[in-house]
Amino acid sequence: MELYELTLKQAQEFLAKNPNRKDELTKTLADRIKQVDSKLNTYINFDSKHAQKNGDVKGPLSGIPVSIKDNIVTRDWETTCASKILKGFVPPYDATVIRKLREAGAVIFGKCNMDEFAFGSSCETSCFGPTRNPWNLDFVPGGSSGGSAAAVAGRTAIAALGSDTGGSIRQPASFCGVVGLKPTYGRVSRYGLVAFGSSLDQIGPITRTVEDSAILLNVLAGHDEKDSTSANVPVPDYTSFLTKSVKGLKIGLPKEYFVKGLDPEVEKAVKQATSVLQDLGASVTEISLPHMKYAIAVYYVVAVAEASSNLGRFDGVEYGFRHESSNLRDMYFETRNQGFGAEAKRRILLGTFVLSAGYYDAYYLKGLKVRTLIKQDFDQAFQKVALVLGPTAPTPPFRIGEKMSDPLSMYLSDIYTISANLAGVPAMNVPCGFSAAGLPIGMQLTAKPFDEGTIFRAGSAYESATKWHEKVPKL
Amino acid sequence: MLQKINIDQIAELARLNLKPAERDKLAKDLEGILAYVSQLQELSADKVPPTSHVLPIENVFRKDFAKLSDIREAVLKHAPKCEGKFFKVPKVIEGA
Amino acid sequence: MSDQYESVIGLEVHVQLKTESKIFCSCPAQFGAEPNQNTCPVCLGLPGSLPVLNERALELAMKVGLALGCRISDRIKFDRKNYFYPDLPKAYQISQYDMPVSSKGHLAIELKSDAGTLAEKRIGITRAHLEEDAGKLLHEGVRDGSWVDYNRAGIPLLEIVSEPDLRSPEEAFQYLVSLKAILQYLGVSDCNMEEGSLRCDANVSIRQKGAAPFGTKVEIKNMNSFRAVHKAIAYEIKRQSEALETGTRIVQETRLWNESKGETFTMRSKEEAHDYRYFPEPDLVPFSVSSDQIEALRKSLPELPQARFERFRKQYGISDYDAYVLVAEKALADYFEACTREGANPKLASNWIQSELLALINLKKHSIKNLPNLPPKHLAGLIRLIENGTISGKIAKDVIVEMYDTKKSAEEIVKEKGLIQVTDTKLLEEVADRVIQANPKVAAEVRSGKAQAIGFLVGQVMKETQGKANPKMINEILTKKITSQK
Repeated sequence: MELYELTLKQAQEFLAKNPNRKDELTKTLADRIKQVDSKLNTYINFDSKHAQKNGDVKGPLSGIPVSIKDNIVTRDWETTCASKILKGFVPPYDATVIRKLREAGAVIFGKCNMDEFAFGSSCETSCFGPTRNPWNLDFVPGGSSGGSAAAVAGRTAIAALGSDTGGSIRQPASFCGVVGLKPTYGRVSRYGLVAFGSSLDQIGPITRTVEDSAILLNVLAGHDEKDSTSANVPVPDYTSFLTKSVKGLKIGLPKEYFVKGLDPEVEKAVKQATSVLQDLGASVTEISLPHMKYAIAVYYVVAVAEASSNLGRFDGVEYGFRHESSNLRDMYFETRNQGFGAEAKRRILLGTFVLSAGYYDAYYLKGLKVRTLIKQDFDQAFQKVALVLGPTAPTPPFRIGEKMSDPLSMYLSDIYTISANLAGVPAMNVPCGFSAAGLPIGMQLTAKPFDEGTIFRAGSAYESATKWHEKVPKL
Repeated sequence: MLQKINIDQIAELARLNLKPAERDKLAKDLEGILAYVSQLQELSADKVPPTSHVLPIENVFRKDFAKLSDIREAVLKHAPKCEGKFFKVPKVIEGA
Repeated sequence: MSDQYESVIGLEVHVQLKTESKIFCSCPAQFGAEPNQNTCPVCLGLPGSLPVLNERALELAMKVGLALGCRISDRIKFDRKNYFYPDLPKAYQISQYDMPVSSKGHLAIELKSDAGTLAEKRIGITRAHLEEDAGKLLHEGVRDGSWVDYNRAGIPLLEIVSEPDLRSPEEAFQYLVSLKAILQYLGVSDCNMEEGSLRCDANVSIRQKGAAPFGTKVEIKNMNSFRAVHKAIAYEIKRQSEALETGTRIVQETRLWNESKGETFTMRSKEEAHDYRYFPEPDLVPFSVSSDQIEALRKSLPELPQARFERFRKQYGISDYDAYVLVAEKALADYFEACTREGANPKLASNWIQSELLALINLKKHSIKNLPNLPPKHLAGLIRLIENGTISGKIAKDVIVEMYDTKKSAEEIVKEKGLIQVTDTKLLEEVADRVIQANPKVAAEVRSGKAQAIGFLVGQVMKETQGKANPKMINEILTKKITSQK
C-alpha cells in the first residue's frame, strides 16, 4: 500500500509509529499529484514545503496533510474561489478552520479546485478548467467542492475541506464515492469562508471513511466568537458514536424522495442500503416532507439574493483583478464583467432581481416564508424519527458538458441536498453502491440540528457492514 | 407564469457591462429560472413568518475593546493599485 | 421668501458614537490615525470576514433613543443596504431598515422671540438607527485618481431622522443645537462637525401656506457647520420659492452645499438607479432588549439639558435666556456651576462667562472644555473682588485678560499691580477739585442742569487715578462739589 492511499486514521497510526516520516507523507502526495493531477485537475495549487513549517505542532492531526477548497482563506496563500476576479488575492489572515487545523498539527497542503465561487454542481465553472471524476474522466466529479471530493477519491488528498450551500459537499462526495458531511448550520465557524449564501453556507469534511469524517469534525467544530452565527453548543467527541449499534434507531424514508426523476439504479442502491441498516437493527418507516418540492425554488431565490450582495465587494478596488481605466464607472463594470464567469453573472443578476424594488415580496420574502415551511417539515419528521435517509443525488455522475448549457437541469441535481441547508440540519453522503457503468452512488443521512452523532453512528455501522469505501478508482 | 425582466436595469444595479450576446442568453436563462421559481406562488404563506436565520441564536456581541490588526502592509502589497498608504481608484467625481 | 409659502424641513443627523473600537470589529475607532492603519479583514470587507456587533455601540444608541423620548424596540435587527462606491468596502452598508434601535421620539427646541423671550417647540423624531460609517475619499492633490482611506469604515454611526416638523433655517439650527447638547450630556459623541463626528443632511421643500400636501423634496448635503446648515437651507428655500414664482419645476434630487459660493448645486447621482435592495443581514443575529434592560439604562442617564435648564433658572435665579445659553454647551454649564461652587455670585458669574470669558476664548481659539489658564476658582475670585468693591468692573476687564495670560489669580494681579480701587474720600476730593478747576465750562454746564455733562468730569478723575477710582463715589463727590459752588 502506498502512503498516499492511507485514510486519515491510518495516517495518524502511521505517524504515531513513524514520527520521523512526516515529510514522506507530503512527498508521496506531491508525487501522486504530479502523476495524476494533469488528468484530474483537483488542485489549484499545492505546497509540499508547508509540511516543514507546521510539522512540529503536537495535536490530533500532527503532520497530516489536509487539502482545502479554494474558497477558504489561507494566510499569505492565494485564495481564488476559482474565479478570475480573485486572481492575485492573498489573504492576510487564516479562516478559523485553518487556524484550528494548524493548531491540531495539520499541514495545510493545497487549495482544491471548485466551481467558481461555489456556483455549480459539476466543477466545470472553475476559471482553472474542470475537475474530472476519478472513476471516469469523461464524467463530472460533482460540485461545487468537486476538487476536494475528486482529490480524496483519486488519492491526491488524504482528507479535504469543502463547503456546502446547497449540496456542494454531499453531491460531489456522492459522485466521487467518498464521505462528505455538511454539519449543522452554526456548528463550524464560517469566518474565513468566502461567502456564497451566508445563511446556508457550512464548511465540512470530505474523507474516505465515516471515521475520518468524525476525526476531522472533532477539530473543526465549536463556537467561534468571530462568527455571530456560530452556535455555542458543546462539541461531543464524534468518534465516540462510531461504535454504537444502530439497534432501535428510527430511520424515516420521505415518500417525496422516491418519485419520478430519481434514477432507478440510485433508488435500488439506496433501498438496499436501507435494508442493510434494517438488518443491523434499525427500524424504518415512511415519513413525509411535503414542501420538499419547493426547495430548489426557495434556494434559487434566497441563496442567489445573498450571493448577489456577497459578491458586490469584488469590484477591483482593494484586491484581486482590476480592469484599469481612468473612469471609475468603467473600472467597476469591466472589472466585474470580465472577472466573473457566466454562472456567477447569472446568479448575481438573479439575486439582484429578486431583491429589487417591486419584486422583493413576491420572490425573496416569499422564499423566506416557504423556507420556514421546509424547516417545519424537518422539525415534524424528527419528532418521529432520528434519521432521515434518502439519495444524495437523483442520478449517478453525468458527463462533462452535459448540463452546462441548461442551468435549470444543473440546479435540479441538488434536489435532495438543498433542503438540509434551508433547514440548517446536518447531512452526510455515505457511498452505497455503483451504477452499472461503474460510477459511484451515495445515500444521504440527515439528522436534527447538532445531532451529527447519530449520523456518524448510522454511517459507521453501515460502512462496517459494507465494502464500498474500499473500492479504489484506477487512474 | 412568465416573469419579464429588464436585464439592462438589473445589470446596471449589479455593475456588469454585459456584452450583447451574453446579455440575451442571460436574460433568457433568468426568465427560465424565474418561471421555475414561480411555483412558489401556488403556495399561500401569508401567515407564515419568514426565516432569515435558521438557528434561534440572538444577542451575540463583542466587548468594546480596541486592538490593532496590523494587516495594512500585507493588504496594500497585493492591492491592484495603491499610493503611499492609500488605495487608489480612478478619479471619483462628487458633484459637478 | 414670499409670505404665501411655508418651508418644510426634516433633518438627518449622523453621529459617530464614542466607542473604543469599531462597530463590527476590534479596530480602534479614534480619529486621526495614519491612513488605513485602523483596518482589519472585517472593516476592509475582505472575503470571508464576518461582523460581530460592539455591545457598547448598541448601548449608546439606546441611551440616545431614551434621551429623545423614543420607544426602544424590543427586537432589533440589521439589514444590508447595497450600493457600489469606492469608500464602501463590501458594496453594502450594514444598517437598519425596518427594525431600528428606537423610534417615535421628540426633541424640544427653544426659539427666541423678537422680544427676547423663549418659546418651546417640539420636533418629532422618526427614528434613530445604527449603521457603519464608510471610508474616506481624498481627491485634492491626487494625480489621476482618488485615494481611499478605510480608517473611518466601520465607525459606529447613529442616524437620527427628524419628522418634517421644522419650518425655518433658524428652527433647523436650534434643533442641531439642542440635539448636540443632548448628545454631549450623554457623552456618546464628540459632535465635532469639522472632524465629521456629526454630519447633517437636510430635506427641504416648500408649499403653499396651510396647504396639506408637501412640495417636492430636495436633499442637501455637504454642510460643515451648523451655520452652514442654516445658510444652505435658507438658500434652498429662496431657490425653491423663486422656482415656484417663475413656474420652474422643482426636481427631486440631492444637492450639495458650496460654502465658498454660498449656494447649492446638483450632485451627480451616486448610483443612477437608486435601489438599495435592503434585506436582513444574514451575518448578524437578531437582538432582543428586555424592559428591565431599558429601565436600567434609563436610570443611568445623566441630567439632560432640559432638566438642567429648569434647575438653573430655579437654583441660580438667572434669566431663561442665560440659562439656555449656558446649558446648550455642556462644558459651559459645567464651568458655570464650578464657579458657583467656588462661591461666585451666580448672576455675575453667568454675565462674566457669557461676555468676557467667551470673548477671550474665541480670541485665543481655545475651548471651554479645556481651560487650564483660567480655572473656575480664579474666575470666582475675580467676581468676589468686584462684588466686594476691591476693583471696579472696568479694571476687572483688564485683570481677566492678565489672568488668562499669566494663569495668576485675580488677587495676585490686583496686589502686584496695585489695582485696588481708590475709596479714600479725601484723596478723591482732592482730584475732584483739580478737575473742576481745570474744566470750569463743563462744571458750569452741570450746574445749569445738564446732568449728563458730569460724565466727562468723572472720566477725567478716572484718568488721573488710572481707573482705580470708584466711579460711584466720584460721581457723588463731583455732584456735591459743583452744586455747593452755586
